[in-house]
Amino acid sequence: MSTPMLEVRGADVYYGASQILFNLDLTVEKGQTMALLGRNGAGKSTTFKAIAGLVPPRRGEVRLSGETVSGRAPYRIARAGIGYVPEDRQVFPEHSVEDNLIVAMKRGRRGEAYWTLTRIYEVFPILAGMRTRHAGRLSGGEQQMLTIARALMGNPDVLLLDEPSEGLAPIIVQAIGGLIRTLRGMGVTILLAEQNMHFCLDIATHATVVDKGQVVYRAPVAELRGNTAITQRYLAV
Amino acid sequence: MNLEALVDCLSSASCAVTQVSTGLIVGMLLFLVTSGLSLIFGVLGIINFTHGAFYMMGAYFAFTAYALTGSFLASMAAGAIGVGLFGMAFERLVMSRVYGRDILMQLLVCYAMILILDDGVKILYGGEYRMMGMPDVFALPPVEIAGGFVPGYYLFMVGVALAAGLVLWLGINRTRLGKIVRALAINPQMVGALGINTTLLYAGVFGLGSLLAGLAGALAAPIRTLTPGMGVSILIESFIVTVIGGMGSIAGAFLAALLIGFTRAFGAIGFPLFVDGLMFALMALVLVVKPSGLLGREAA
Repeated sequence: MSTPMLEVRGADVYYGASQILFNLDLTVEKGQTMALLGRNGAGKSTTFKAIAGLVPPRRGEVRLSGETVSGRAPYRIARAGIGYVPEDRQVFPEHSVEDNLIVAMKRGRRGEAYWTLTRIYEVFPILAGMRTRHAGRLSGGEQQMLTIARALMGNPDVLLLDEPSEGLAPIIVQAIGGLIRTLRGMGVTILLAEQNMHFCLDIATHATVVDKGQVVYRAPVAELRGNTAITQRYLAV
Repeated sequence: MNLEALVDCLSSASCAVTQVSTGLIVGMLLFLVTSGLSLIFGVLGIINFTHGAFYMMGAYFAFTAYALTGSFLASMAAGAIGVGLFGMAFERLVMSRVYGRDILMQLLVCYAMILILDDGVKILYGGEYRMMGMPDVFALPPVEIAGGFVPGYYLFMVGVALAAGLVLWLGINRTRLGKIVRALAINPQMVGALGINTTLLYAGVFGLGSLLAGLAGALAAPIRTLTPGMGVSILIESFIVTVIGGMGSIAGAFLAALLIGFTRAFGAIGFPLFVDGLMFALMALVLVVKPSGLLGREAA
């Protein structure tokens, strides 16, 4: 078996004195779209912050293509191949759409420069039409697309998408879903946190379910779809 | 108050030109110092109270380099680059430890640094006034403009300050690095998550802001007497400029610095005993009419 693209091993993560993640294991293979599912407060965003280095694990480690990156500064983890799209999007509101992308421009860890402005505008035609607009003026869905594009500009090995459907109208959620499928088709490795299970089942290849900071289930998506015990217990609203 | 003298001066071309040129150089020095202060505040969110002392250091570095080499260019480089490097080291070793702390803590640390630098100057140069003198390259007869005489060095100073302001403005608004710095001012954590070394960038911005103060000090050295503590008044004046121009606006700093420069130059004739008072009155007026400053953004 080849080395996984992203591996979290035995991660214990704390906010101050309170422990949020317990001995969490997570593996994403190259080319997978892994859904990280769980209820609000289950620890999905914390898992992402732990991977991105914003809340480093107190025990355990994060590996990218076999290389341990946990404990490094967030910017070094980003350079090692993580493209992080935070839950609250965090566009630079007073920069134009294009300037948001330019700020994020970098080569991948092996010098790849696959994602350029030109390619981004091909894959995100909607952004091409608003490149001079201030990012703060965009709708929620447009901002979501911009943050995904911005993360891709860094030519990451793994794209972390934290709740990309959150707070968006159903039709926009569909558009984002279509976009993620396009990226999946291009071979981008994606870790996708979601509360919206149906959204995930449509676009992910594999799923990991977390509850109270622990992994309770992992399987290919097709298997999860048939497992009503799990979906009822951990994912039903 | 001597309004008659002021009217006389304004109606005589030679006096008006002389005072305008004086106002311009006072304004340009203030502009350089203030834009550095404003840059550091805008990006790092801290008020660098040592900024005036950096201006003083720039002047003494220039003085020393000129005494050693006799080259004016070397004196400017020593003032600007020397203070820029010092500022970077100061940010890394001292200021970075009080980020996010109480502003009083930052003030205290800066005040300690001001005392150390002022006393350092006293130890090295003595407490008395020093003069660098006009560099040989500028030992030329003054230029006649509309019946008034302006030293060539004044024109040079205005040119350097304008060029520095323009480079700064273009750098911040037109280059990728400038875009990153503006993003850093708004959301440092996100900038870091995009793979950019924010620690290094903070030190660089602090260094650049310090460099501007050092450059101002080096430019002032040939026309000002050098004393330990010469940084205090320019620090206060640059705070006034910041308030009048609007926080974080380079164009505002430029406009307000000129306004203060002219207020000082013409105030010295019309209100010789009330020049400082005039500046503060101007500041009070702006605070009443437009609290965010002339070109500052309204607070959200």
